Amino acid sequence: MSNFINISRRDFLKTGAVIGGGLVLGFSVPLRYPLAEGTTPSPSFAPNAFIRIGTDNRVTIIVNKSEMGQGVYTSLPMLVAEELECDWSNIRVEPAPVDPAYNHTEWGNAQGTGGSSSVRSTWKQFRKAGATARAMLVKAAADIWNVDEAGCRAEKGYVIHDATKRKLAYGKLVRKAAQMETPQDVPLKEPKDFKIIGRSMKRLDTPEKVNGKGIFGMDAKIAGMLAAVVARPPVFGGKVKSFNADKAKALGGVKEVVQINSGVAVVADHFWQASRGRDALEIIWEEGDNSGFSTAGMREEYARLARTPGAVAKKKGEPEQAIAKAARQIHAEYEVPYLAHAPMEPLNCLVDLRDESCEIWTGTQFQTADRNAAAKVSGLKPEQVKIHTMLLGGGFGRRANPHSDFVAEAVHIAKAIKKPVKVIWTREDDMRGGYYRPMWYDRISAGLDGNGSITAWQHTIVGQSIISGTPFEQVMVKNGIDATSVEGARDIPYDIPNVFVDLHSPKIGVPVLWWRSVGHSHTAFVVESFMDELAHAAGKDPYEFRRALLTNHPRHKAVLELAAQKAGWGTPLPEGRARGIAVHQSFGSFVAQVAEVSVKPSGEVRVHKVVCAIDCGRFVNPDTVEAQMESAIVFGLTAALYGAITFKNGRVEQSNFHDYEMLRMKEMPKVEVYIMPSQESPQGVGEPGVPPVAPAVCNAIFSGTGKRIRRLPIRAEELKRA
Amino acid sequence: MIRLEINGKRHKVEVDPDVPLLWVIREHIGLTGTKYGCGIAQCGACTVLIDGKAQRSCQTPVKNVQGKKITTIEGIPERHPVIKAWIAEDVPQCGYCQSGQIMEAVALLKSNPAPNDADIDHTLSGNICRCGTYQRIRRAIHRASSMMAKGGKR
Ligand code: FES
Ligand code: FES
Repeated sequence: MSNFINISRRDFLKTGAVIGGGLVLGFSVPLRYPLAEGTTPSPSFAPNAFIRIGTDNRVTIIVNKSEMGQGVYTSLPMLVAEELECDWSNIRVEPAPVDPAYNHTEWGNAQGTGGSSSVRSTWKQFRKAGATARAMLVKAAADIWNVDEAGCRAEKGYVIHDATKRKLAYGKLVRKAAQMETPQDVPLKEPKDFKIIGRSMKRLDTPEKVNGKGIFGMDAKIAGMLAAVVARPPVFGGKVKSFNADKAKALGGVKEVVQINSGVAVVADHFWQASRGRDALEIIWEEGDNSGFSTAGMREEYARLARTPGAVAKKKGEPEQAIAKAARQIHAEYEVPYLAHAPMEPLNCLVDLRDESCEIWTGTQFQTADRNAAAKVSGLKPEQVKIHTMLLGGGFGRRANPHSDFVAEAVHIAKAIKKPVKVIWTREDDMRGGYYRPMWYDRISAGLDGNGSITAWQHTIVGQSIISGTPFEQVMVKNGIDATSVEGARDIPYDIPNVFVDLHSPKIGVPVLWWRSVGHSHTAFVVESFMDELAHAAGKDPYEFRRALLTNHPRHKAVLELAAQKAGWGTPLPEGRARGIAVHQSFGSFVAQVAEVSVKPSGEVRVHKVVCAIDCGRFVNPDTVEAQMESAIVFGLTAALYGAITFKNGRVEQSNFHDYEMLRMKEMPKVEVYIMPSQESPQGVGEPGVPPVAPAVCNAIFSGTGKRIRRLPIRAEELKRA
Repeated sequence: MIRLEINGKRHKVEVDPDVPLLWVIREHIGLTGTKYGCGIAQCGACTVLIDGKAQRSCQTPVKNVQGKKITTIEGIPERHPVIKAWIAEDVPQCGYCQSGQIMEAVALLKSNPAPNDADIDHTLSGNICRCGTYQRIRRAIHRASSMMAKGGKR
C-alpha cells in the first residue's frame, strides 16, 4: 500500500472508491463472536483500511490474513498497536473483506495467507497504519486545545498535553480526526522503543476458542440453509457416467440430488440426511485414465526417471568430474510419499447465491482466487461476490487452492438448487479429495576426498510440480524448474566446491498442492539425512562436520550451535537413547533441531525430546513463535512416523485417522524452543519448524541403531531387531 | 420426538432416533462448539459429557441419551479452572479440537483431581490436535489441577 487515505471523510466516500463505502458503512461480519462483537458506533474514525476507532474508544483492527492457528489475529494487531499507542484491552479484530486494499504486499493482485509471510509482509504496512492514525489523533487533540502538536503525546488510548496536564481519550477525538487530511510518511518508531513488539502477548482469539463461541466455516449458518454432501469420483479425473437417485430421494429430509462437475450432490435439510442419501446413491463412474494407477508403479517409474538427466536447477563447478575423481563416492536414494493436509476442520463452504450477489462463508487462505472462482461459476462480477473469512480449523496450505476446488464446487451446487447451501466434506472426503504434498524420489551422490571433505554433490529430484497449471506458473517456473520443487536443495548452505541439482517434473493425475513448508518438507529430509551419511562416512561428528562447512552461513551456524549446546550435544544419554541433528533455512528463517530418540526391539520409534533453535529475525510475539515451533515439530513428526497417502487401482487407500494417523498426546516429545535475539528483518515462523524434524529424528535413529532411514514414513519393520 | 437435557436445559427435537448426538447438538439445538472431526470416534473433537463421563457424540445415537444429562463446551462455566488454565497457557492454535480437549480434561479432573503425565497420556490420547498443542494441554491440565487443589474448586 502506497498511500493512506482517510476513508472516513465524506468527500472521499463521495468519490465512490471501493474501500470507503464498503468498509465504513456497509461492512459487518455476522457470526463472529466475540472478537467482532457489536458494531462501531458512528461516527467512527477509519483513517485507512486497517483501523476503525469508535466514539466508545474501541479500536477495531481489520486483519487481511486468515487466522488458522498461527496467531495473526494477535501478532498483526500488535504491529498496529505498537504505533497507535492504544489500549490493548480495547482492541478487537475483524476479518477483512475481499478488496484490493487488502492484497498481499508481495503477491501482486491477490489477497491471501501463506508462505509464512504474514508478519514479514505487513511489518511496515500495519505499523504505518497505526502510526498514521496516531498522528491524526494527536493533531486533532492539538487543534482542539489550540496547542502545538509537538507538545502532545499519545499513550494507552489518550492524547496527553503534559504542559497543561490535559488529556483526551481517542473516542473523543474521533469526530475531529475523521475530518482531517491524512499525513504521509509519518515516521515509525525505532525498534529500541518498542513496547509491544517482541513481548509475549496473550492471544486475542483464545477466549472464543475455549468457550465454543468461535465460529469456524463449519459452524456458519444462515436462514433457510440446506446441507449438502458430494459423491466424488473414486479415481482422480473420473466422471459420472450415470446415476440413480431414487433410493436417496426416498429418504427423509433429502431435498435434491444434482449432478455437478465434481460428482453428484445430495442436498438435505441436515447433514446426516444428506450423508445417508449419498450412501443410497447408485452411481456408475467413468473412471478415466487413472484407474490403473498405483503407488508401487509410480515408485518404479520415479526411480527410473531419477537415473536420467533432468532440467538443470543448479550447476556450480564441475560436479561430474569431481565425483569421478573423488577418493570415495557415496550414493543414496530417498523417497517420501504423498501427504494429506488433514486440517482438523474438514473442508466446507456455505454459499448464498442470489440474482445479484453471492455471499460465501468459509475458512479460506486465498480470498481473491476463491472470489474470482465464485464469480466465474455464478456468472456474477467479482465485486458482487462477498467472502466472509471464518476461523480456519487448520489450513497448512489446503485452504489456499489456486483452483478453489471447495468454493467453486459449493457455488455450482447453490446455482443448481437455487437455495443457500452448506457443503460439508466428511473426513473421508477431505482425506481422499486430493491436493496432496507430492510424492518425491531423490537420487543423491557425493564425493569425499582423503580427509573426508566433500568435494562434490549431485542431487536429482523427481516429483510433480505444484505450480504448473496455476496463475503462479509464470513467476515461479523458470526453464522447466518449479522453484518450490528444488527449494532447500539447490541452495544448500554447505561449502562444497562442485554442486549439481536437476529436476524431473512428471505429469501425474493426482492433484498436488503446497503443504506446510512446501518443497522444504522433502528437500530438508534428503539433504540433512545425506549430510549425516557423509559425516559418518568421513568418520566425523555430524554436528562438527556441518559446523565446519557453514563458515559462510553464520546464521545457520549460530542456530546449529545453539540447538547443540542446549541439547547437550556430546554429553552422555540414558541407555538406549541417541541424538540426531539437522539445520535448515526456509521462508527466511533458520531452524536447527536436536532430536532424542530410542528404538524398541519391535522397531517402534519413540521421540523423547526435541530441542529447537530458531532465528526468524525480529519477532513480534515470542510465545507464538514458540507455539509454532511446537506445532511444526508435531506436524513434521506426524509425517515422519505415520504420513502416507497411497494409491491402488487409482484409489486412495487411506480414509480417516485410523489409517492416516496423527501424533497423539502419549507420543508427544518434550519440546524446548530457543529464539535467537536478532536485529534482522522479520521472517517466517509458521512453516520453518517443519523441515528439520524428520532428518533430526532419522539421524538419531542411525546414531542409535546404525540403520539409515531413506524412505518415509519410518517403518518399524526396517528397525526391528530379530 | 426425542427429549434431551443439554447444559441444564430441556429440548424436544423431531429427529431420526439413530442420528448421532453430535449433529443434533450442532444442527437442531444450534450449539456449534462441539465439533465434527472424523465421525468414527478417532479424534475426540465431538466430546461431550454424558452423565459426567466424556463420550464421543459422533458415535452416540441420539436415542441413547434420552433422560441423561448432557454437557457441551457451552455448559462449562467461564470460571472453571480448566478454562482459566487453558487461557493462562494460551493453549489453542486453530482451536478446532479444543472443545473436545477441554471436555476430556474436565472429565479427567473430576475423576482424578491430581493426574500425573501418564494419566494425562492415557486419557487425552483419544483427542487429536493437528496443530500440536499437546505440550500446552498437558501444562494446562496440571495448572487446573493445582488451581483446584488451592480451592478454585468446581
Ligand atoms: S468426530 Fe467424534 S471422535 Fe472424531
Ligand atoms: S488447536 Fe488446531 S487442532 Fe488443536
